[in-house]
Amino acid sequence: MQNKEMKSLSESVMKLFRKQIFIPIAALLVLAVFNLITDPSFFKITLGYNSVGDPVLSGYLMTILDYGSELAILAIGMTLVTAATGGQDISVGAGIAIAGSVVLRVLCGTDSRPETLQAPIIVAFLISCVVAMLFGAFNGALVAYFKIQPMVATLILFTAGRSIAAWINNNELPIISDPTFSYFGGFIPGIPVPTPFFIAVACMVIIALVLKFTTLGLYTQSVGINESSSRLNGLNPAFIKFITFVILGLCVAVAGLIKVSRLSSINYSVIAKDIEMDAILAVALGGNALSGGKFNMTASILGAYVIQFLTTTLYKFNVQSDALSAYKAVVVIVLVVLSTPVVREFLSGLGKKIKAMIHVKEVG
Amino acid sequence: MKKRILALIMAATMVFGLTACGGAAEEASSDKGGLIKVGIINNDPNESGYRTANDKDMKEMFTEANGYEASFAYSLKNDEQITAAQKFIQDGVDYLLLSAADTAGWDSVLKDAQAEGIKVILFDRTIDADPSLYEASIVSDMDKEGQTAVDWLKGQNLGEYKIIHLQGVMGSAAQQGRSGALDAAVASDGWTLVTQQTAEWNAEKAQQIVQSVIDSGESFNVIYAENDDMAKGAVAALDKANISHGVGKDVVVMGFDCNKWALEELLNQNWNYDGQCNPFQASYINDIIKKLEAGETLSEKTIIMDEKGFDASTITQEDVDKYGI
Repeated sequence: MQNKEMKSLSESVMKLFRKQIFIPIAALLVLAVFNLITDPSFFKITLGYNSVGDPVLSGYLMTILDYGSELAILAIGMTLVTAATGGQDISVGAGIAIAGSVVLRVLCGTDSRPETLQAPIIVAFLISCVVAMLFGAFNGALVAYFKIQPMVATLILFTAGRSIAAWINNNELPIISDPTFSYFGGFIPGIPVPTPFFIAVACMVIIALVLKFTTLGLYTQSVGINESSSRLNGLNPAFIKFITFVILGLCVAVAGLIKVSRLSSINYSVIAKDIEMDAILAVALGGNALSGGKFNMTASILGAYVIQFLTTTLYKFNVQSDALSAYKAVVVIVLVVLSTPVVREFLSGLGKKIKAMIHVKEVG
Repeated sequence: MKKRILALIMAATMVFGLTACGGAAEEASSDKGGLIKVGIINNDPNESGYRTANDKDMKEMFTEANGYEASFAYSLKNDEQITAAQKFIQDGVDYLLLSAADTAGWDSVLKDAQAEGIKVILFDRTIDADPSLYEASIVSDMDKEGQTAVDWLKGQNLGEYKIIHLQGVMGSAAQQGRSGALDAAVASDGWTLVTQQTAEWNAEKAQQIVQSVIDSGESFNVIYAENDDMAKGAVAALDKANISHGVGKDVVVMGFDCNKWALEELLNQNWNYDGQCNPFQASYINDIIKKLEAGETLSEKTIIMDEKGFDASTITQEDVDKYGI
């Protein structure tokens, strides 16, 4: 009886183990337990007031929700690109600089220090969406129609993007004094949860609906798994690859709005620096194959928050911030090694052995 | 057939390229009536507000109206800068003005310049080369900038000093100078460093670091940010947590570089101090060239520029207009 229970338990554990979402959940648990042991006050959330007098929740968890959200938004687009093309877009950081620069340009007009906004924020945002999608389309066209390696194709914007962003604003540093603009990266008066989280939730709902009610998910996966057989089945692989880059462009515009709203300003050379690596890491941490094919959106989004969890934890322990990327590199190495066929085979073999042992016990 | 057309096109482009080159050389050799030819190698003006102001200053000084024929080359990469220097040497400039991306690797190209009789003047950045290879170097004294700021902070006579220290990119001259002075004061005066972190000149990183200190519940009363951007990020985190900052408030905010918007924050009493890092080297260079042209010898090789520190309680609108970059 006990053995049977054990068997079913081990089976369900094995099942969970095989599930893709297990990886980010396990990483999250490891981090949470680590923080719980070293300093439980990590999980403390307090309600306070900001300098304008609005209620805000603060604490490490809120910081994670706040900064993880822009990463989660990028992870959505990056997952689709990865699934369809088997490559990654490394120009998202530069894309954010461009999108943010466009927002500021439209809001400021010709004066870099406007007293009043020259256009409604929504108009500025929509224009930046269009621009970011055009740049996404540029990347997408290079990858889908000219068959250039995604990383090489997006290297162009990675190199040139920040200069383009500076050029859009004539190399000036616009600063917006209107308080409503800071809501997107901060707090809406009266709501104590950071706005980026709500924006991220909205994006998640939209992508969930799109994946449920359209064939986007199915098509991207089939193109990623086998391009020629999906063409034989009547799909247009080039167009699907193209469209994933355009969707990523949209995600970039949303993240760009949050970024420039945080400080109501922009610094072209450092805004969203190295964020592309975090976005790709989020996809990898979600257990998605970086070589394309099947994907799990929930796991990617969770992966994004796990990365921010890691970053915040490291900051808490006063790890030098220029060493952060080294810690992230360790995570990448572990993930990549775990996903290689050699290790996979070994692990599944180990699983079978354990199963067999339990079976033997049962028989005996 | 296809190949032939391709060959034809390539031949045509080559011929065209040749004529284009010829044209350029001709233009370069024609003497424009006694203008001094200068080749200016600078870092990318997009790099920072400092560099933008620096580039603008150079462009305004080295004009035909002032008796110069200037060519500009920009790169953040040392090897590209060296290539540009070689090109300027071939073009036969009279002076080579250089803000090097990296300190190493300049010896051979500067020797070439010397052999051609081209005089080299360094600005903003020094290099690891024999001083006989250049005429003068015009630099900011980062140690002095840090010392001025730390002396000011000492003069504030705060009851206790609990400092958040936001550093620039580790190893850069500005970071070393500005950190060094503070580290010395921390050691000698018993000040406390609540945290000492590099935010790599980045406002967002600074915001996260300060946010992390606030979340931990530790108290602090000074933010020593090694540039204005990082100070701005820190202040954004303070505003979020309702911690007052500025003149007569809970937290003293210090920045560097004197961006115009930062000096305005001082004027509005939101920050307390901003240290200058002078980007206006063109007039110094102009003086040196005039002296050298007149056959005078320079009294010293390294010229350190005047740099100020601004206090929020004494800053005026004129200061903002004059020194803001």
